[in-house]
Amino acid sequence: MEPPANSNASPQGIMDWLVSTFGRLLVSIAVPLVTFGLLIVGFRFLRETIPDNNTQKALLSLLAMVWGVGGAALVYVAANWQVERLPAAWTRRLQPFIFVGPAMVILGWYLALPTVRTFWISLHNRTGTEFVGLQNYIDVFTQRIMLEAFRNNLLWIVFGATLSVTFGLLVAVLADRSRFETLAKSLIFMPMAISMVGAGVIWNFIYEVRDAASPQIGLLNAIWVALGGEPQAWTALVQPWNNLFLIVIVIWMQTGFAMVIFSAAIKGIPTELIEAARVDGANEIQIFFRIMLPYIRGTVITVTTTIIIFTLKIFDVVMVMTGGQFGTHVIATQFYRQAFTNQNKGYAAAIAIILLLAVVPVMIYNLRQFREQEAFS
Amino acid sequence: MSAAKKPRQGKLVQDILINGTLFLLVALWTIPTLGVLVSSFRTRFDIQTSGWWSILPHKEWLLVEEFDIPEGLDPNSVMEIRGVRGTFDDFRQGIETPDGKQLIWIGNKRLGRIQVQELRWTMRTAFTLENYRQVLAGKSFELQTPDGSIITVQGDNFVGAFLNSLTVAIPATVIPILIAAFAAYGFAWMRFPGRRLMFISVVALLVVPLQIALVPILQDYVKLDLNGTFLAVWLAHTGFGLPLATYLLFNYIKSLPRDILESAFIDGASHFTIFTRLILPLSVPALASFAIFQFLWVWNDYLVALVFIGAKPDVQVLTMRIAEMVGSRGSDWHLLTAGAFISMILPLAVFFSLQRYFIRGLLAGSVKG
Repeated sequence: MEPPANSNASPQGIMDWLVSTFGRLLVSIAVPLVTFGLLIVGFRFLRETIPDNNTQKALLSLLAMVWGVGGAALVYVAANWQVERLPAAWTRRLQPFIFVGPAMVILGWYLALPTVRTFWISLHNRTGTEFVGLQNYIDVFTQRIMLEAFRNNLLWIVFGATLSVTFGLLVAVLADRSRFETLAKSLIFMPMAISMVGAGVIWNFIYEVRDAASPQIGLLNAIWVALGGEPQAWTALVQPWNNLFLIVIVIWMQTGFAMVIFSAAIKGIPTELIEAARVDGANEIQIFFRIMLPYIRGTVITVTTTIIIFTLKIFDVVMVMTGGQFGTHVIATQFYRQAFTNQNKGYAAAIAIILLLAVVPVMIYNLRQFREQEAFS
Repeated sequence: MSAAKKPRQGKLVQDILINGTLFLLVALWTIPTLGVLVSSFRTRFDIQTSGWWSILPHKEWLLVEEFDIPEGLDPNSVMEIRGVRGTFDDFRQGIETPDGKQLIWIGNKRLGRIQVQELRWTMRTAFTLENYRQVLAGKSFELQTPDGSIITVQGDNFVGAFLNSLTVAIPATVIPILIAAFAAYGFAWMRFPGRRLMFISVVALLVVPLQIALVPILQDYVKLDLNGTFLAVWLAHTGFGLPLATYLLFNYIKSLPRDILESAFIDGASHFTIFTRLILPLSVPALASFAIFQFLWVWNDYLVALVFIGAKPDVQVLTMRIAEMVGSRGSDWHLLTAGAFISMILPLAVFFSLQRYFIRGLLAGSVKG
């Protein structure tokens, strides 16, 4: 298909030089073209083929994965091959950009530019046709729906983060002294592996409500009725406290995360320190509050901030449990609703920018901590 | 040492207290999932009429005898049947007999029957795989109704959704790792103008929440006609995962001993060869930790899929399918529980088999923006 670059290398003459240069040039053009063409044909094929049954679908899925992963690798191989054929000085100059270039392009397209573009959109009206200045921001901070979302996110932060950290500490300390440490930690950590949508189904089932005449199939109402209460629709109860029933889900998921980190930190406390306190007559509660807690203070703060970021961006749980009804909207669900349901792009962009501003300080703090701890080595 | 000084009994009490509290917490944390797992194997009828815990031994009114309404009774006044007296409404509610049984009037006033029920120990253990069959099935599925007839219903095609989830998750894990590893190597071991600035911007982008990007990227996708394709979702996940992946892999690759690189250079190897033959194999622990984190993140993701796949049913991933079911058929618990469990199988398998890597990946991923 492609002529080998030096096949015509005969003893002398300008013709040979020309042919060889021309051949090289042809190859240099052909390789990227063929690569690109292959990828495009693959994309077209995968996009337009509609599978008749699941066997075909499985085959197509496999092809798509090979196309995607192989395509990404092919781009690097082809580009590098190209650069390595250049004179050595140019190879040295250009090769670094083959390595970091794709990452920088994608980061620019997906994160850097969107930040600027979202800010720009936030200064415009719902369709982007008219410049409105800071009006969207004023609306966000004055309209009832957003104030409700801010209030709810505050509840998420206060209850979600505090209780996850508390339970995480409790389990870490208890497990440290138990023979069943591994098993207990595994089971408490397990919800971390489940999607928030899956967790939504699990907890919807717990909160399920039936009328008083029929048997309750939701665990919470079954217990409540057995204790003599009337069946309740827990997530639609008195606002804003119904939010707590959603927050429970995040506590259920994040306690495991907190526990694992605390557990590692507690194991790092020198045993002599604790033994010395025991000899001096301190009881277990004193040891916990006077020695352990101050010792792992840094870790407690990091875990808390991490969970705060997580709760600031909470979306799936609310979406699946209530869809934002009954006064349970949060920042991220309002963003989704404004951007994609109401098609109010300017307003949604303003919400996104506010979310960014809320996350940045906490993230910066976290990153600094992370760098100090070198958690990933 | 100090424990030996303490009385044995105090130690025992403390042990029971610790393990007891721990057991209680573990139970609280496990029961919600257990309930869904158990329910997914129960019949539709059982789920709708009793809590999943009725698979455990419990007392329940069970039918022991049934007979026709005795002749000559006036349903509009107080009646006496088998020694108990009551109005029609009382019998409809059920009246307890002196010997601990219960009489219940089934049906209307004229065409009724009387059931005799007794409170007995029982377990509802009629388990079935039917829920899974229906959820997994594609376009049509044959279902036997309680009266024995066979009806054809629409299956939920979770096989298709499962395949879609895999098709999204695997490339959306491998591609960012590939790109990030190249970039990390470039930043760690190559010299070029703008290196510092570029690396700082990668770290800076760690703080950007992905919500920022959704509106502009969707606009681009609509223009490029990319919406609803796997490529669109892969690229989005790649973009959102790259800062973290690059940062973590940079830290790891930077810490590899420098003499490996130098001796390879002296042997005449190019950067590309060193990277593929030397650095990638050496970085497997870091790559694995991040891969597991990213894979679970993508597999469990709902928002990105919702925005970039949208309403295309052929490409819908599991999380979307389940969320949709919650909205449209929220009380079909026999299907919801089975569906939810299908979506959890893979993450749970990954979790239990690769727990160490999983935890490391999660800890590292905790700074994801």
